[in-house]
Amino acid sequence: MKKTRLYKNHKDMGAKMVEFFGWEMPVEYSGIREEHLAVREQAGLFDVSHMGEIIVSGPQALDYVQFLTPNDASRLDTQKAQYSALTTPKGTFVDDMLVYKLEDTEYLLVVNAANTDKDYEWVLSHKSGFNVEVENVSDQYTQLALQGPKALDILKSLTDIELEDMKPFRVRRGRVCGEDSLVSRTGYTGEDGFEIYTLSPRPEKIWESIFEKGKKFGVKPIGLGARDTLRLEACLMLYGNDIDDTTTVLEAGLGWLIKFKKGDFMGRDRLLSQKEEGVKRRIAGFEMLGRGIARHGYPVFIGEKEVSKVTSGTFSPYLKKSIGLTYLPIQYLGPGTQIAIGIRDKKVEAEIVKIPFYSRKKE
Amino acid sequence: MYPEDFRYTKDHEWVKIEGDTASVGITDFAQSQLGDVVFVELPEIGEELKSHQTLGVVESVKAVSDIYSPISGEVTEVNEGLNDVPEILNQDPHSKGWIIKLKIKDKSELDELMSASEYEKYLEGLKDEE
Repeated sequence: MKKTRLYKNHKDMGAKMVEFFGWEMPVEYSGIREEHLAVREQAGLFDVSHMGEIIVSGPQALDYVQFLTPNDASRLDTQKAQYSALTTPKGTFVDDMLVYKLEDTEYLLVVNAANTDKDYEWVLSHKSGFNVEVENVSDQYTQLALQGPKALDILKSLTDIELEDMKPFRVRRGRVCGEDSLVSRTGYTGEDGFEIYTLSPRPEKIWESIFEKGKKFGVKPIGLGARDTLRLEACLMLYGNDIDDTTTVLEAGLGWLIKFKKGDFMGRDRLLSQKEEGVKRRIAGFEMLGRGIARHGYPVFIGEKEVSKVTSGTFSPYLKKSIGLTYLPIQYLGPGTQIAIGIRDKKVEAEIVKIPFYSRKKE
Repeated sequence: MYPEDFRYTKDHEWVKIEGDTASVGITDFAQSQLGDVVFVELPEIGEELKSHQTLGVVESVKAVSDIYSPISGEVTEVNEGLNDVPEILNQDPHSKGWIIKLKIKDKSELDELMSASEYEKYLEGLKDEE
């Protein structure tokens, strides 16, 4: 099993470790609820070095990224990142990801750990006709995420990068705790925060300094358990649960990231015709009304008829309700629609609600 | 840590005997493995349980776990408090976090369960396997 460079730090901090797609990762430290609330109310630090990093470089790097993705990578500069996807010819997901422009001829794709090898193969296998190189540099990068309302206060004293005027999805380069880093105002929690990428051989310097500096702000280490509950409250999609190669970008409610005007890209024709005809089903959020917790794979009923499966479900530590996501035919998407979730041998009532379940109050 | 007068199962339930009645709960090890408990499904009063039969379900944020009845008997009480405050299972698993009470059917079944020191040894063994 692979370990991140911070493995020893996790063990020292009492993390419960689990296998996650070939990586030995912290699932929780002090408990999912406490960690979750720390991110919503103070700050939390995540080691997300298991995420994959793929570099596309060469004279036609931009053209190739444009071909692979529905978002418009020509709008990127070296100070901006964007949320995007690798799409199949059907307009479904190979993966979702962040795209960074490192140089005029170099792009960084940050992909899901579960998909790194598959994505690398995908990006390699479609490059004929494009003058580009593709490299999987996942094992070279340490990636940290510092998230929560206190993230800015903590990080600004540890870096020479000007952070305060950075807008969401802006990227800057500089030193964090003396180590060369790429910092973006991004995350997977629904909070303000930063993601830090470094090739430093001593990333533990950054990890440890954030806890030293962040102690008075209440920063806590956060495992994969709370990462999942945080992202679900904020309705950020999880590949393998909510999106995969059977769900299109439009069905996932991510139509905003498709830029049809930019020209051709993989899946464009199918997505365009789906848009013109109208999607038949779309992702929806529900809250349990009866007692029980919906989980991934549980059946979803309307009346007596099973119409779908739960894609993600959990008990929301912040809202203190059971919440979940599922795909429903569009006539059932309206808030207030009554559905039922099959939990063990019972059907438990639930109701469609507006998503996201949680959104941060803007100051 | 593990009360001397309880008996324990390999699935990490405990039984406490008081006359003809047995209280059943999950062990401190079980609650720490589960993490924050957020939901408990209890059986009906009057239900007849066989040993090893599922008596209910405990769910943490992350996991769903069946609870098995350590012995056979009729459910005489359930801990309704767990419906509103399931985190008692984390805070006090051996006392306030009891789950059900049973009218014991066959006391000889208790002989198959572990004592506190046997259970602690069993836990050591599980740790060694890691």
